Amino acid sequence: MTSWVKSIIFAAVAIAVLYVLNAMMSASGFFGVGVNDYQGRLLVFIALNIILATSLNLINGFTGQFSIGHAGFMAVGAYASAYFSNTYGERIVESLSFLGETGSTSVVLLIAVAIGAFVAALMGLIVGIPSLRLKGDYLAIVTLGFAEIIRIVILNIDAVGGATGYQVPGYANFLWIGIFTIITVLVIHNIVKSDTGRALISIREDELAAEAMGVNTTRYKVTSFVIGSAFAGIAGVLFAHYNKFLHTNDFQFIRSFEIIIMIVIGGMGSMTGAILGAIIVTLLPEVLRQLPDIQVGAAVFKFSDLRLVIFALILILTMIVRPQGILGTMEIGGFFKRFRRADKNTGGLK
Amino acid sequence: MTRVVLAASLFFSVLLSLACVQKGGNATTADTGNTIRVGVYGDTTGATSSFGVSTKNGIDLAFSEINAAGGINGKKLEMVFEDDQGTPEKAKTVISKLINQDKVVAVLGEVASSNSLAAAPVAQEAKIPMITPSSTNPKVTEVGDYISRVCFIDPFQGSVMAKFAVNTLKAKTAAVLGDNSSDYSKGLTQFFEQEFTKLGGTVITKQTYAQKDQDFKAQLTQMRDQKPDVIYIPGYYGEVAIIARQARELGMNQPLLGGDGWDSPELWKLGGDALKNAYISNHYSADNPAPEIQNFVKNYTAKFGVGPDSLAALAYDAAKVLADAIKRAGGTDSVKLKDAINSTKGFAGVTGTITLDASRNAVKPAVALELTPAQSKFTFKETIYPEGMTPPTATANTNTAGDSNTTAGGNTNTTSNVNSNATR
Amino acid sequence: MDTFVQQLINGLTIGSIYALIALGYTMVYGILRLINFAHGDIYMVGAYAGFMLAVALGFSGEPSAFGFVVTLVGAMAIAAALGMAIERFAYRPVRKFSKMTTLITAIGMSLLIEYLFIFIFSPTPRSFPQLLPVGSITLFGNATISTSQILIFVVSLLLMGLLQWIIFKTKVGKAMRAVSFNLNSAKLMGINTDFVIAFTFALGSALAAAGGVLTAQYNPKIDPLMGIMTGLKAFVAAVLGGIGNIPGAVLGGLLIGAAETLVVGYGGYVGIPSTYRDAVAFAILIVVLLVRPAGLLGSNIQEKV
Repeated sequence: MTSWVKSIIFAAVAIAVLYVLNAMMSASGFFGVGVNDYQGRLLVFIALNIILATSLNLINGFTGQFSIGHAGFMAVGAYASAYFSNTYGERIVESLSFLGETGSTSVVLLIAVAIGAFVAALMGLIVGIPSLRLKGDYLAIVTLGFAEIIRIVILNIDAVGGATGYQVPGYANFLWIGIFTIITVLVIHNIVKSDTGRALISIREDELAAEAMGVNTTRYKVTSFVIGSAFAGIAGVLFAHYNKFLHTNDFQFIRSFEIIIMIVIGGMGSMTGAILGAIIVTLLPEVLRQLPDIQVGAAVFKFSDLRLVIFALILILTMIVRPQGILGTMEIGGFFKRFRRADKNTGGLK
Repeated sequence: MTRVVLAASLFFSVLLSLACVQKGGNATTADTGNTIRVGVYGDTTGATSSFGVSTKNGIDLAFSEINAAGGINGKKLEMVFEDDQGTPEKAKTVISKLINQDKVVAVLGEVASSNSLAAAPVAQEAKIPMITPSSTNPKVTEVGDYISRVCFIDPFQGSVMAKFAVNTLKAKTAAVLGDNSSDYSKGLTQFFEQEFTKLGGTVITKQTYAQKDQDFKAQLTQMRDQKPDVIYIPGYYGEVAIIARQARELGMNQPLLGGDGWDSPELWKLGGDALKNAYISNHYSADNPAPEIQNFVKNYTAKFGVGPDSLAALAYDAAKVLADAIKRAGGTDSVKLKDAINSTKGFAGVTGTITLDASRNAVKPAVALELTPAQSKFTFKETIYPEGMTPPTATANTNTAGDSNTTAGGNTNTTSNVNSNATR
Repeated sequence: MDTFVQQLINGLTIGSIYALIALGYTMVYGILRLINFAHGDIYMVGAYAGFMLAVALGFSGEPSAFGFVVTLVGAMAIAAALGMAIERFAYRPVRKFSKMTTLITAIGMSLLIEYLFIFIFSPTPRSFPQLLPVGSITLFGNATISTSQILIFVVSLLLMGLLQWIIFKTKVGKAMRAVSFNLNSAKLMGINTDFVIAFTFALGSALAAAGGVLTAQYNPKIDPLMGIMTGLKAFVAAVLGGIGNIPGAVLGGLLIGAAETLVVGYGGYVGIPSTYRDAVAFAILIVVLLVRPAGLLGSNIQEKV
């Protein structure tokens, strides 16, 4: 088979599967088989977190930069696109009414995604340029600082809801979110496999050596930052249009930390690791809600009250037992052995 | 090939996760057997977790009282609580869990209006009634007919203190120090300013802080130079007690005005003597001798070891209103239950007589209270009625808790407040 | 003028607290290159330890200098023990691994402490007993300084002096400097690096606890999440001064405290509303790092090939 045939088959299969999942989330289900709204929500958050984790992985895992402010870019994308949808969305939907409701809202969503990605990428450029002068922890705190400034600025803009929160039309369904998740994973996978990816990994391994070999480290670092931010922005757009409600409390720095936890727990510099991490970090706190109550005499001891304590403990223990993350720099199936690092003991970064 | 593998692993992961989620779904129907499941969601681990804990406790107390008295039509109430960590996104997730997994018949919650606003559409779409005990933003109940509340809305409470400041304290100028990260505080600020200006006063300076701030002297120093007649601080007790303290340290002795967020037994310990010459608007006065109020304060303190704050009282009332509605609806059919809740009329709660209006907001008078830190208690000053609600005649409301002060012609009761006995 | 002086006093008060906490960040970083995100929570633990001690030993009733000193020293000791325990059981096993691994461990530790304290003490804020008599002194005009502010200045100055003495005049201080210079070489020279690292954690945690007790005297409200924002700003202060640099941490703390207060006080005249207070620390940090990438007092070490 030629590669484009494979691509078409892949696309068809992917869309069919997403379509089935999307149908399962609707009230009637897919031929009676369905997931309820809560389970559907978790699936959506898994997908969104996969976008966030793989895009941060490009910056942290493959380029070796130290960004801990990913939620800021997500917030920028979310709010910019939500503002667009609230201001122009309805008008566009009306003028495109010949496409039907699904068609016209999808057009608005696609424009919103483009806007969100563009604005977040622009923000990534603004943050990325100073990052050239800073290394390691200094870069980390600057990205965190930017994310906090973005959050506080948004909190003070009453046009986007301020402390009350911002209602957004719900144009995004699971089908779209799934498509963008696959696009994100494929694009980042292809970047990592390309010449650019080699250059990024060389920066991670040894920046000075990379520079000596003629890699324009400045350009590549900014590139990875901008691409990563753009995808975070897309995640923000999808989040806004799925959740239908935005509030700055959802973009606190703990959100950025969650994304880092995903990529580290899965294994830095591993695509499947980031995906695995996104699934674990999304589901674990929810699964821990199901912890049983223990009856001790007359008192009932609720283990579920301790769920976040247990979550933190699991996190620390995972790091102690498996410091390089669950997959290290390997991929599930070992198909990308060429990315495997020679020195396994160092875990992700040195 | 690699692409196919990558895609396969992606789908594998999604399906795996789906399996994981479904494993959690071991829900039984809520209304079988002898229990009625009611969902409660709130923040018990995030920035506003002290409010969530009070709310949970208030509902817990109401349910155990109802169950001890034999339940509703022979069925016991069961509280299913989920923590939303104080974020709107999680609030939406947990309300969805409560409705879809736990199959609750009704939902009680959130304190913060932003979290209620995020979650309310889920309840509305699923046609499950939701009563919010303490979300004051008018938008919350505008979501739909399944959403109601038992507290004041911001426009009323904000105007109450403006009226009190102008009419009773004869203030001409005011300064406002609000919590910019809280929707409640921003709402009160807006409507206080509106009413105060309408009544001929001027708000000369508006300063803001953020929740969990430790130091307010910078804002207060700025205000000190402008010499306002009164300072309006629409915040929650944790911050306002410190603000009061730091204001007095800076030599600012103006009257301090606040809202129901001040009401907590911790306020006295945190603020001490700095709380002299301060007035708040509230739903009720904890030293009101009405038996409903005194029993509530006594039982709450006995059960949880701390005195109730206004959030606990509102949550208690929300739970009682729901229980009353289930009784009147004769079951938990969601349409009948919604109609029963929405037709709540003259329900004598701890926080006043609750009647839901056409937009499902509680209409009830507010009381203005003066703070007396020496005895750790609030002293009744006056009752302020919402527009369109006429002060009831003395005979009409002798059985209602909130108004018994008015009929007594001002509260002169000085029995020591139960709150002050609260220990940690 | 008196308003300006007042704002400066207010700013330096919180600045001193930031400085005390920043010292812990900077010392740990200087030695291990680890951002100890749990440090802000140790500040909270210190405040709670002081609270428990003061209540248990009955100092809450009557203000006395003795009670204050016992509470302060006790809280510092408890926090120091906790700091060492965290180092021993969480950080030491992952020390040799990548920066990301240690960072996640630190974040996990921070979450663990917060949620555990919420579980044990409930999230309701507690009021810290007043351990010393309160009052305020009028300097001139409208400018006043409260006794708790004086206390913060005096105690933090004393503690910083003590720290300086430990680092530059004692043997363990010399070992700390050696380890921060190069951990492996220090080990080869026969220095017990594990002990030095544990000692550093103890020292930093004790200072953070002192910050917690002092803040609680100024602002008697303690809650399990009080360390998040304060800790973050203290960390910013440490980076601002040049992370790893002790005078830098103090300078950074005071600068951020003063800048925050002045922005709240005077920002309104230049169009910055007081709500931007929390953004100020980060904005200053970013601007400073753009000009001096290693912080105000930090030295820019050239990477060796």
